[in-house]
Parts: sequence; structure tokens; C-alpha cells
Amino acid sequence: MAVEQVVMGLNGNEAVAYALKQVEPDVVAAYPITPQTIIVERFSEYVANGEVRTVFVPVESEHSAMSVCIGAEAAGARAFTATNAQGLALMWEMLYIASGCRLPIVMAVVNRALSAPINIHCDHSDSMGARDSGWIQLYCENSQEAYDSIIQAWRIGEHPEVQLPVMVCLDGFVLGHTLERVMTLPDEEVKQFVGERVFMETMNHEGRRVPYRLDPENPITIGCLDLYDFYFEHKRQQIEAMERAVKVVEEVGADYGRLSGRGYGLIEAYMTEDAEAVVVGLGSTMGTVKEVVKRLRARGLKVGAVRVRAFRPFPHDEIIDALEDIEAVGVLDRAVSFGLNGGPLYTEIKATLYELEVKPLISNYIYGLGGRDMPMHLIEPIFRDLLKNVERGRVEQPVRFVGLRGE
Amino acid sequence: MEVAKLPGWREITPAGVAFKSSLEYKTGVWGVLKPHIDQSKCRKCYLCVVYCPDGAPKVREDGSVEIDYDYCKGCGICARECPAEAIEMKEVGEVGG
Repeated sequence: MAVEQVVMGLNGNEAVAYALKQVEPDVVAAYPITPQTIIVERFSEYVANGEVRTVFVPVESEHSAMSVCIGAEAAGARAFTATNAQGLALMWEMLYIASGCRLPIVMAVVNRALSAPINIHCDHSDSMGARDSGWIQLYCENSQEAYDSIIQAWRIGEHPEVQLPVMVCLDGFVLGHTLERVMTLPDEEVKQFVGERVFMETMNHEGRRVPYRLDPENPITIGCLDLYDFYFEHKRQQIEAMERAVKVVEEVGADYGRLSGRGYGLIEAYMTEDAEAVVVGLGSTMGTVKEVVKRLRARGLKVGAVRVRAFRPFPHDEIIDALEDIEAVGVLDRAVSFGLNGGPLYTEIKATLYELEVKPLISNYIYGLGGRDMPMHLIEPIFRDLLKNVERGRVEQPVRFVGLRGE
Repeated sequence: MEVAKLPGWREITPAGVAFKSSLEYKTGVWGVLKPHIDQSKCRKCYLCVVYCPDGAPKVREDGSVEIDYDYCKGCGICARECPAEAIEMKEVGEVGG
């Protein structure tokens, strides 16, 4: 049975900060950027009030924020940061160093469009750009999930078979600044769930087995030169760690479900059994999509939704299971890849379903760039379009832009 | 070292942790130029020993200096710093490095 919980009125950013207060990591280093700022503001209040023992490092840039997290984690501490858009872009080279050094940092990315033109509102172009940086990426549907995922992220990243950094992505403003009812666990339950940090074992320069952390008693070299004779093998290790993360994301999500009554998987399939047309997507928009599904189902239309929670590692088998019998699949993308016909989620879904003998009709709907709203009246025509594709037996237009003037 | 004979990705340490001393990683093959010491000019001030970023100049028991070409990358700092102008940079082969 799930433990007793307290309902709090929190926006997504506050939910992240509150979860973080309960986890109480050793180090938080961050630089403010809209719409992430509230996370850092709230958390610095906890530090100032003495409610946490965390060392808070107010750095001069996001590049430094990630560098501090890397140093702290290498020394054996737990480290957290939060950012988005330009801040994430400024961290770029350090993202790869964090994952390449196998440091399980947790970072909240409060998704925001990348400049230029300058825009502070939500889309996924920031974190999608970092999809190949070797970080685990979880996309949240609501503030409750942001709270829950920040707690799970440590167990996922620090799992002995994984040891990779984790990005918890939540939509800027839509979740970040919107007050929601959030169920919160008791502090001690969170602490017990997260537990103590686990270290990989490695070998030092004398060939002795030692924990993977900077320790003057057992010195090791982290991040040293690694040329054509070893680099390839180390990248293969990272690939393996990410593959193992598939199982770990599920296990930790299920374990969290036993504690809280809210279980999580790699994907969430909604009314997909017997569905003819299914919309696949990420983040908060999928909450609206599910509401549209419910309403269309009430009118007798065979429709469903699949929300992808883990984008990295990509849940290949789960996507196949959920979509193999669907006739038309519409993929929502809140990001673009210039020069590629379609968004990043679309191309992944299409590649995954390619191996099926009978392939669903797949089409892409790019929406919401720079925070453009995606209300129900724009989602319903997507289902109509998919059902029309089923009738025609072919995809009329592979990529459409939803809510764009002039379309 | 032949790359194909090195241990596989499952056997090696994670994330590029050095599992051998750097003494076993011989970087002396990198250089184009190598220092050559004219022992008759050397004043044994050992500034070359201090300045070398790789610790390649070694002091012999008799107090004279020799370059360990296994680790010398040929940067030429020793030749530049030598107050006696006893070190000359020569192409690899000329000094046997």
C-alpha cells in the first residue's frame, strides 16, 4: 500500500525544488534563466533557511554550473543543476564530459525555445539538441511527474549498471509556472527511496580495484587522454550503459509506484487497444491529447495516445508493442531538425516501426514552436487526418505544421 | 602497441580511468625535433629539468643531464631556457631519439 502523502499547491518548478529539498543533494550549482529560475530561487531559500545542508554554488555561467557538478560528482558528491535553452547550449561541451566521465548528475531542463529570434517560451529544441550527449532524458507530462521524476532520477542514473547523468525535462511555463495539485511523500520516505550514492569499481594506475571517485587515499585519474587505442571501447561502454538504462527506468518507475501509488514506465499507452489511429508525443501536450482521445472515444472513434516518457534510452520494444497493430500513427514534434523532413521523435518512431512487416501509416505534426499554444481544437483535426489516411490507405502529407499561419 | 591486441571494451576500466602508470604510455614518438645536449657546454644548472613539462631530462649520478627520449615530445622549452645554450633541437634521427 502506498504511504500517506501531503497535497501541496506547487508549480512545476516548485515541485522540482521541493523534491530536491527532500533528496538533499550535496551540491547544487546553477545560473538563473527563465523559465527555470524558480527552481534555483526556491532551492537557494531552503539553503539560506538552513533547511538543507547542500552546498549552493552561485556560478557565473551554465558552463561553470555543469563544471561544478562534474567536479563535485567526481569527488563522490551528489550534484544537481537546472537550466534550459541558451543555458543548456552554453553547457554543451560539459554535457558530453559529464556522460563520458559517467557521472550521474541530475539536471532539470525546463524546456524553452532556442534563440534567435529570442523567445522564452516552451518548445523542445533545447533538449532535443542534447539528445546525443549521452544523457538519459525523461519528459514529464505534469508537475506531479516532475516531482516524482526528480526523485527517481538519482536511482536511475546512479544504478551500478547505468552510471549516467539524467535530464528531467518539463515544459517551460506550461508546467514550470502553472500551479498544480502535487502529492508529496514524507521526507524520510524520499531519502530512503533515493538511498546512498553507489560507485562503480575501477582499477587505479597500480592495477588495484578502487571505487570510481577522486579520493586522496586511493588516487585515480578521471578524464585523461584517451586516443584511438581506447576511446572507441569507452564509447561502447557508454552505449551498453544506456541500453541497460531501459530496464532500470522501468524498475525504478515500478518501485516508485509501490511507494507512492504512481508507477511510471518508459512509455504510457492510453486507449491504444483496438485503436485505428494513435497520436505519439512528449511532455505536457500529451495530457491534452489524452483528453481529446477520451472525447473522440465517446463519439465512437477508435483513437488512442502514446506518451513517450523516456526519449533516451529510446524505448524500442515498448514502441513496437504499442504501435505494431495500429493503422495510422501521428507523431507530434515540438522541435525541428532543419534539413531533415520531419521532427526528431517522428524520425525515431519511423525508424523503429520500419522493421515491422506491415507498417503503420506514419505522419508528422510539428507544433508549438516558441510556445505557440496547442489547444484541443488543433489536436482533433490530427486524429481526423490520421483516420482519413486509414481510409485512403496512404499518407497524404507526411509532415504538417499545426497552428502555423499560412498553412 | 598494436591496437587490435589491447583488451576489449568489457575488460577495460570505465570512462577512461588510467589503469596503468603514465610511465607505460610512451609519448616520445610524437616529436619532430629532439633536444641534443652538448655536455661540454652544460653548466649543470638543471633549469631544463625544472622547465620540462614531461620530466624527460634526467640527472645522472655524475651530475650530468640526459634526455629520456621515451617521453620527450620535442617542444624545445629546454633549449629555449638553457642559459648556456648547450641544448640544440635537431630532427629525429640526428639524435637517435
